[in-house]
Amino acid sequence: MSEFRGVDFFDLDDLLSDEERAIRDAVREFVDRELLDNLTIEKHHREGTFPSHLVPLLGELGCLGVTLPEEYGCGGMNNVTYGLINQELERGDSGLRSFVSVQSSLCMFPIYTFGTEEQKRLYLARMAKGEVIGCFGLSEPDHGSDPSGMETKATPDGDGWILNGTKRWITNGSIADIAIVWAQTPDGIRGFIVPTDAPGFSAPLIPGKFSLRASVTSELVMEDVKIGPEALLPETGGLKSPLKCLTSARYGIVWGVIGSMMAVFDEALRYTKQRPQFGKPLAGFQLVQEKLVWMHTELTKAQLVALRMGRLKDEGKLKHYHVSFGKRNNCWAAREIAKLGRELLGANGICDEYQVMRHLMNLESVYTYEGTHDIHTLALGQHLTGHSAFRG
Amino acid sequence: MRVFVCVKPVPDTAARIKVGGDGKTIDPSGVKFILGPYDARTVAKALELKGEDGEVVVVSAGMGGKGESAANKRIKDALALGADRGIFIADEAPENRDPLAVAKALATAIQNEGGHDLVLCGRQAMDDQALAVGPMLATLLDLPCVTDAVSLEVSDGKAVVQRAAEGRVETIEVTLPALITGQRDLADERYPKLKDILKAKKKSVATFDFAWPAPAYEVVSLAPPPDPVAGKIVGEGPDAVPELLKLLQDEAKALTF
Repeated sequence: MSEFRGVDFFDLDDLLSDEERAIRDAVREFVDRELLDNLTIEKHHREGTFPSHLVPLLGELGCLGVTLPEEYGCGGMNNVTYGLINQELERGDSGLRSFVSVQSSLCMFPIYTFGTEEQKRLYLARMAKGEVIGCFGLSEPDHGSDPSGMETKATPDGDGWILNGTKRWITNGSIADIAIVWAQTPDGIRGFIVPTDAPGFSAPLIPGKFSLRASVTSELVMEDVKIGPEALLPETGGLKSPLKCLTSARYGIVWGVIGSMMAVFDEALRYTKQRPQFGKPLAGFQLVQEKLVWMHTELTKAQLVALRMGRLKDEGKLKHYHVSFGKRNNCWAAREIAKLGRELLGANGICDEYQVMRHLMNLESVYTYEGTHDIHTLALGQHLTGHSAFRG
Repeated sequence: MRVFVCVKPVPDTAARIKVGGDGKTIDPSGVKFILGPYDARTVAKALELKGEDGEVVVVSAGMGGKGESAANKRIKDALALGADRGIFIADEAPENRDPLAVAKALATAIQNEGGHDLVLCGRQAMDDQALAVGPMLATLLDLPCVTDAVSLEVSDGKAVVQRAAEGRVETIEVTLPALITGQRDLADERYPKLKDILKAKKKSVATFDFAWPAPAYEVVSLAPPPDPVAGKIVGEGPDAVPELLKLLQDEAKALTF
């Protein structure tokens, strides 16, 4: 396989520092060697299993908790670097990127942001090494886009709590050592660090997925789970706490799906240049070129959005509505590009010898999770008009 | 301990090699150059052995001029793995270098450093597979040489080396300083940590000027290996065996009775 060089129509590499480029290239090589060249991802996608042997390697490399401070054993790097790492991981597979998003943005980030010093010292360094795996329990079977209606309850019990409820669509759920669980309390929604071996806690896999097959997706079932006072993340309060985590994770997705787009575009371009029909390569036909140009244009625009968002985030100026814009636009573009990529590969596009269909199926989840396309439309609509259209 | 590790950028083993327009060199476009698997492991071993006050110095020769050459990048790879500093020997015409010229350049650069306890090379470069530079370098530096090491331990000024020979493993003790060439089993291959990639950017890579001799040999032509001869199906099941035996005996001359 010749080297994957990325797509860079507007010389965006010139806007990256040497360090940002070097780290991107290192993760690119890691993904080539550990996931793509040796067909690891095809195997896991086919079997519906997560390549968990890569977790310690991701930790050793330094892909977990990239933006959190070095004093807690984390990366201490900027948000553009975190974005580029997500991009490269998702060029491999959305499942691998999802693992890293959940571990970093949805578990390590809330422990760092809302936790006590003891909680940070207890978990962050081990999570950065991949020794402790986390999952994030917000969505419920009956509350997806509407998390404020959550039914999971934390009832005060002495100086601790008793948890009851069910969470669903939880990435890493069945392999996690700890769950960041959001629950209703007498003081509103609060977050807890719940050990997954606590009595009454179970995390069955959700079977039969067509999407994110190389990722663990579970339910979390909590029946009278007793947790101590040390489980509470003390600085959490209200729905804005989990939404802050999601804004951080969604930022990573904005970059991640660029990786999917690149993988699909690269494969479609190579394929159509090589495959002759009617006596010349497919790439020489107008209808094929129109699709390739559309894919390339949307990919390039998505890159510009992500990079601007990254610089804003590093300057502390990125707002949640910027993130809604990026998540909405880039996931939509990635899904459309994957559909076109599949078309361009014809019948071959449906086989796992090629990547397009795997990315297309993964992107159905990515388009929907962490705020659906429509929910982000409403968030932006509210930002523009001042009117909330979420209810009735 | 001061350990020198000599490395060479080689095309990725998965790369599709094409002959260049001059018919004498490979076309580097689209080919990814890497720190070869033997070299990466010698770097890892050197780091293991250097000790607290030790130093690992990476040496490589390659195309000079503007921008980062493949050799310079591979030095950075080794620095990201943890090596302390690098020496880059600029070469305007690396495609014309015979192994002896490369060995002389490496020897001169290493001697210029004024002392070495151990010099490590990969057993071979994955691309031209000459297996020559290591032993030649040992001769030029007047060092004992052990090739094909699969394990290496150092104590009290001596190295104990296990080397893979045909059908056996030899254990050799050698007095330091010495030159050892390493097999794949010498150490585990590691990924550089992202943080160490950033640190590597700040480590020193000195350029060493070497007066390259006129080429002693010349690549006259380069051609891809011949296409494999198409196979022949002589039949199916037990009925095909007599014909197969006949062809193996008479045509392929692979069997004699």
